[in-house]
Amino acid sequence: MDKKERFLQEVKVLSKSLSLFTIAFFGIGFFLMFLVLFPDTKLFDKSPNITTEEVVTESLEENSEIEIKDGIHTETGFIAANGLEAVINNCTNCHSAKLVTQNRMTREGWLTTIRWMQKTQNLWDLGDQESIILDYLAKNYAPENKGRRQNLTVEEWYELK
Amino acid sequence: MQRRDFISKTILASATLAAGTTIVYGKYLPKGYKPLILQDPDPFSMFKKDKEMLVLNDKPWNIESKAHLLNDDITPNKAMFIRNNGLLPENIDVENWTLTIDGESVSKTKTYTLNDLKSKFKQYTYQLTLECGGNGRKEFNPPAKGNQWGLGAVHCAEWTGVRLRDVLEDVEIKEDAVYIGYHAADIHLSRSPDKEPISRGCPMKKALEDETLIAFEMNGEAIPIAHGYPLRLVAGGWPASVSGKWINRISIRNIVHDGTKMTGQAYRVPCKPVAPGEKVADKDMCIIESMPVKSLITYPKTGAMLKLGQELSFNGHAWAGDLEVAKMEYSIDFGSTWHECEITAPKNRLAWQHFSAKTSFPEVGYYEIWARATDSNGKSQPMVLPGWNPKGYLNNACHRIAVKVS
Repeated sequence: MDKKERFLQEVKVLSKSLSLFTIAFFGIGFFLMFLVLFPDTKLFDKSPNITTEEVVTESLEENSEIEIKDGIHTETGFIAANGLEAVINNCTNCHSAKLVTQNRMTREGWLTTIRWMQKTQNLWDLGDQESIILDYLAKNYAPENKGRRQNLTVEEWYELK
Repeated sequence: MQRRDFISKTILASATLAAGTTIVYGKYLPKGYKPLILQDPDPFSMFKKDKEMLVLNDKPWNIESKAHLLNDDITPNKAMFIRNNGLLPENIDVENWTLTIDGESVSKTKTYTLNDLKSKFKQYTYQLTLECGGNGRKEFNPPAKGNQWGLGAVHCAEWTGVRLRDVLEDVEIKEDAVYIGYHAADIHLSRSPDKEPISRGCPMKKALEDETLIAFEMNGEAIPIAHGYPLRLVAGGWPASVSGKWINRISIRNIVHDGTKMTGQAYRVPCKPVAPGEKVADKDMCIIESMPVKSLITYPKTGAMLKLGQELSFNGHAWAGDLEVAKMEYSIDFGSTWHECEITAPKNRLAWQHFSAKTSFPEVGYYEIWARATDSNGKSQPMVLPGWNPKGYLNNACHRIAVKVS
């Protein structure tokens, strides 16, 4: 009985994977054919208006495989500036880039944080990358004075009936 | 990133192989495009959260709620914040899940299966307020390091489980017990098996309270994975980090528990008040215990536009750590005059209380409604930020919503 059930289950799994494979096969096939027939398709261009700025970053991309839009690195949300690559390579292995981008610290504060991560979180020695990373963070993620209480910001005003 | 790209390329290669064409066409795939199965999962569907919630961090998951999403008396899962310190446990095996009670101050180590806990001890259900110690950190100046929580790292759900006290009585605790410390199945971000993402606890007095539960149900169902499935310690009124998720061991200590995030500056504030930005030595930092009095206006959502003469009914919740909220007030003139709100008694100790009031506005213009709770010891929420502290904990400044009258 047990054997039979297992056999039936295996048949089910097999037929499921077979149909998935068929779908994938035809899907990819059609997709590739499309690309071959229309090699300059605009299907994947994010924005039809290419500004000069985008062209410049496009050429940057060729070398570093880094996609930048409006001064922000698309995948991580980091500000595109000197040191970006060092920060991506050293700061996003263990934690999210969001943990960096939501914080604001002085150079000293960022250094203290790096030392804390090295002491307690298994962060490696950053070597000559350390000053590049610190310069990047201190410049792009510096604290601003918020006072003792800020004005409210309202995302959306709406009529309350 | 490199690892992920490597996997992308490998899968791409296998896909092309399977399709029977050469890998050459792979280069036509747009840059940044990843086959569906490689994309990061959507946290909103994965954790069944409201789309309006804000993802502060995705490794580890830290997701916060918003004031207007917390309007229910009992917070539903979809509006509950997530604060994880490590990666979610992998391969949770409920059948073989056990809770071990050990430590210097137990006579004999004892282990319970989930079934043991459920069948051996009486079950209790309480509504318990859990607020992240760093809720409101975003406002501190100079800024404090860590997840920049706004208002939404608080909830009050209904938890069902057994009293920790009953279990500890069964184990037999020695006279010299001072603290408990939990251990759990989550994984350190570095994936080092020798490191715990978090292992906190509380003094025996808090551990032995009626409402301190080893819970296996939340809002009448199994606890959602992000909130500690299958077993969570729940100690209402204290920083939510005391309420360890995915627990498999509780150590009864004859010293103050020294697990991860119990020492140094974590979940500690200066023992004596300090000036904003001041450096504080570890030895001058004290562990946070009960959370301070606080409240949230959960209806209406900030940004309401009214017509002159239109009456506004608003409501929300108030809580006070280990204490009760004794008085609830509001102001529509930036704190010049205050008016009382109606406030309910808590459903049980450590549950948040519900307030409501009606107001109208004397003329057209921009207004803010400020809410201020006072606890049973006479302490009120400050209108500006409370005492600055290096890690940005315990911001209980008045909640404010904006209103325009035309």
